[in-house]
Amino acid sequence: MPAAPTSTELEIRGLACVRGERLLFRELNLQMAPGELAQVTGPNGCGKTSLLRIVCGLALAEAGSVLWHGEVTRSSERFKRQCAYVGHRDGLKAELSARENLAFHARLAGGDPQAVDPAIEQLGLEACRDIPAGQMSAGQRRRTALARLLVAVRSLWVLDEPFTSLDERGRGIVEKLLDEHRRAGGLCLFASHQPLVHRDLAGMCRELSLTV
Amino acid sequence: MFKAIFKRELQLAYRRRSEWVNPLAFFVIVVSLFPLGLGVGPNKLALAAPGIVWVSALLATLLSLEHMFRSDYEDGALEQFALASYPLYGVALVKVLAHWIITGLMLCLLSPVLGSALFLEGDSLRVLFVTLVLGTPTLSLVGAIGAALTVGLRRGGVLLALLILPLYVPVLIMGAGAVDLTAHGLDASGQLYLLAALLALALTLAPFAIAGALRVALE
Repeated sequence: MPAAPTSTELEIRGLACVRGERLLFRELNLQMAPGELAQVTGPNGCGKTSLLRIVCGLALAEAGSVLWHGEVTRSSERFKRQCAYVGHRDGLKAELSARENLAFHARLAGGDPQAVDPAIEQLGLEACRDIPAGQMSAGQRRRTALARLLVAVRSLWVLDEPFTSLDERGRGIVEKLLDEHRRAGGLCLFASHQPLVHRDLAGMCRELSLTV
Repeated sequence: MFKAIFKRELQLAYRRRSEWVNPLAFFVIVVSLFPLGLGVGPNKLALAAPGIVWVSALLATLLSLEHMFRSDYEDGALEQFALASYPLYGVALVKVLAHWIITGLMLCLLSPVLGSALFLEGDSLRVLFVTLVLGTPTLSLVGAIGAALTVGLRRGGVLLALLILPLYVPVLIMGAGAVDLTAHGLDASGQLYLLAALLALALTLAPFAIAGALRVALE
């Protein structure tokens, strides 16, 4: 096991990212323990999405490493079983309904198909349970994508702009989910422009600010 | 799990029918254009038939390849596959299998009809069917490598054709050659074994190449 303290689950060490000819960020460090939230902020094009994709092991970093319980995330089976990623591209099939999309994701992520209906209700998606994702509004799609977090238990949530196109109520629901996740000892790393409004969350969320 | 992916692929294919009906219609139309263009009698047409059916099947497969990973790439499903704890090459293999069933297998089933329209008879028709059954999975597997390599490109269609068509040459030579030999009353089992060998080779190696190419495309 690594030298890092046992309470650290996710560790980002000296991370640097280059896109094209441009250096997006370098020497980025972060340690997260259970129950911690971290918000990545910064202007457009500062590398928020790139950072989240590198954390998930989807993209390669120029330098540095991302460790989950001391294992490099890109090659760690354990990380794959414990991480949920909801990106810009929501992973929903336009031809399948909310329920079909979520049921498939539950199978793919090794979750419980029984959890699909409660997840739909929790996100307030009852009205589009059987509507193909292609016919949903952007906000409904976002909610459906985020409902994936509930159909399979994951301790690390990596969310890219989770609040985009959500209305006030949707935003409240998602922040409540984040709060419950945190209380259950989960971690969440998310990118967002807007500050959190939920009272309990706003105070304890760490900010990781990137600059252009 | 792989059963669930397979089921989903077929369900998606059923809901977007044009994606697999178009290549089949293309196959039928191209084959039926040759007699019109060549303007020759039944004997000469029967001589050219194996080549016509095989080249058309090859082009129809090529046409269907572009959609193979495109929508999964664009809507982010590919990222979810890459992050799942199932090996990506397994996912790739299941997707290729589903692709073959909705295009390759259909091409095979159509081929006896089109073959007899081109005056192929008896043993030649049977061998044509067998060569396609052995050859089209190889086309799907090899084509999937190209589809995975070009999935990140906005207009990858032409590049895909340039990458993949040269690799199809051995399959084409064996496939059309076997039918040709049979039409001349010779034994074609050598060609059939070679087609089967190519299929075994593609089946064992292509999934890893596809998975590797998909990972590169995601970066």
